Amino acid sequence: MSAAAEDVVTEAPAVEAVPKRAMTLGTTTSLVILAALLVTPLFVKNFIIFQMTMVLIYGLAVLALNILTGGSGQFSLGQSAFYALGAYTSAILMEHVNMNYALTLPIAGLVSFAAGYLFGKPALRLSGIYLALATFALATAMPQLLKLHFLEHWTGGVQGLVVTKPDAPFGLPIGQDMWLYYFTLAITLAIYVGSVNLLRSRSGRAFMAIRDNEIAASAMGVDVAQYKTLAFGVSAGITGIAGGLGAIAVQFVAPDGYTITLAISLFLGMVVGGVGWLPGSFIGAAFIIFVPNIAESISKGLSGAVFGVLLFIVIFLVPHGARQVAIIAQQMIGKLRK
Amino acid sequence: MELLTNQVLAGISTGAIYACMALAVVMIYQAIDHLNFAQGEMAMFSTFISWQLMQWGVPYWWAFLLTLAISFAGGILIERLLFKPLAKAPVLTNVAGFIALFAIVNSVAGLTWDFTIKQYPTPFGSSPFLGSQLISTHQAGMIGVTLLMLAGLYFFFQFTRIGLAMRAAAALPESARLVGINTSWMIALGWGMASAIGAIAGILIAPVVFLEPNMMGGVLIYGFAAAVLGGLTSPLGAVVGGFLVGVVENLAGTYIPGVGNELKLPIALALIITVLVFKPAGLFGRAIVKRV
Repeated sequence: MSAAAEDVVTEAPAVEAVPKRAMTLGTTTSLVILAALLVTPLFVKNFIIFQMTMVLIYGLAVLALNILTGGSGQFSLGQSAFYALGAYTSAILMEHVNMNYALTLPIAGLVSFAAGYLFGKPALRLSGIYLALATFALATAMPQLLKLHFLEHWTGGVQGLVVTKPDAPFGLPIGQDMWLYYFTLAITLAIYVGSVNLLRSRSGRAFMAIRDNEIAASAMGVDVAQYKTLAFGVSAGITGIAGGLGAIAVQFVAPDGYTITLAISLFLGMVVGGVGWLPGSFIGAAFIIFVPNIAESISKGLSGAVFGVLLFIVIFLVPHGARQVAIIAQQMIGKLRK
Repeated sequence: MELLTNQVLAGISTGAIYACMALAVVMIYQAIDHLNFAQGEMAMFSTFISWQLMQWGVPYWWAFLLTLAISFAGGILIERLLFKPLAKAPVLTNVAGFIALFAIVNSVAGLTWDFTIKQYPTPFGSSPFLGSQLISTHQAGMIGVTLLMLAGLYFFFQFTRIGLAMRAAAALPESARLVGINTSWMIALGWGMASAIGAIAGILIAPVVFLEPNMMGGVLIYGFAAAVLGGLTSPLGAVVGGFLVGVVENLAGTYIPGVGNELKLPIALALIITVLVFKPAGLFGRAIVKRV
């Protein structure tokens, strides 16, 4: 509307630069956390084990978003669509084809990877808010697509599908919940280590170069289009595996479980955990699983308001999420040692 | 042919709703450079305030003016209390703040006024407009008010000192500060104006979609889509985008087989994205040239 000359803006990248070493945890800390994750289920009730499983699963989905946003600087509000795709792939293969649950996960990952990669192609032209809108459209379309009539035989339509919970193999004397927890933990570990290595590799450095300055990256010979779509694909693939695991853990898939609310939750998880800090993904996941429950227990009628206030408190205290807490803690430990 | 004309007319009248909302979205985007996800909820809350005033016996137009003043003050208050402290925080943290605000406003409105659907009066009446069954006088009035607001905003930004200062603060904050513009208060002012425009939008929309805490959910999505389609930098684009989205949505629902009410939204969004792929800055937006 102004007649002034075109806007010339010197703009800082929307996602701040995170050096790749700052994206992970030290060896000792990692081992302590891993030990805690291995031992805790032995002492708690089944319901808590189930919740821990869900934290790991949502953590994977947040991690995937973190690779996309924190790694390559692209936004997405459409992660729920890839999560749904993975969940449905697993559920359909298990219930209609009678495939083993563990074997469905790589397929769920591949299907979602392909979908993400293909979606990333046209999305290349968009960035920032426009990309957010495009992915948002994907997220709103997905539940409707799953309800379509001619897919009903496979997807179960509005009713969804019931998935059988797997027993522990080889006659191991542990309950279903505990087995599923360790199964999820193993997959989470593998994906986490893989993601850390991915970000340390040539591809990871290319992602970060694109995030920090697209033009400079392309001047250095990074194939921007290729790596941006690759980031979309990898992120979608991991989200798909998380979705498959989620379907097995919840034993149920239905279109209304994968609405835009899920995508927004995952986004909040990423912000609370710290954008670009991979371990934070799991802290963020714990936030989006437990805080709504806490809010509900404080006040039923005002649970939304309590959740909002808690979220505000978190982002006021630590605008950079759990990463900031970790950095402060590290500095304090460093001082104590001296 | 008759069907086509009718559907286009119906599309324009729903488009007016989206245009209103899109205008509010663009306003705040101009001022703060973010899309405010809580915009719709703020508008809903303002509408409830005006409804409450009328319940207490305040006449329509007084309630309208009072609501505008309250919304304006409320918008400034929200900015000062909640978002000014976040000014230095990363963009994504701000977006999380909008989501938190959304949750708070929605929940408080739900508890105060409960979730039953309420009738909302219209000053324009609801008889058919110029003999057409598809556009009522209310919808015609809504289109008129939207265009008036657009003209008013154009005048404000183009010909007043404070409008110029707001534009400067949004476009180049550092330079604006150097010439003595209080950029921090310009942002607060932007919030206040966006909140007041949202209130007008809410009051215009409420007679059509009825008043309840979740009334804005769908409207806001279309409002965003319209704003993005028109180009986020252009109020005119927002209004044109709003009408376009309304028409496209209606035509898709009528002519593409198998598209029921449920698929209208995805189809409209898909079309918008197609437009964006070819014109990434929106129909009326200016491409932003970045200095490297």
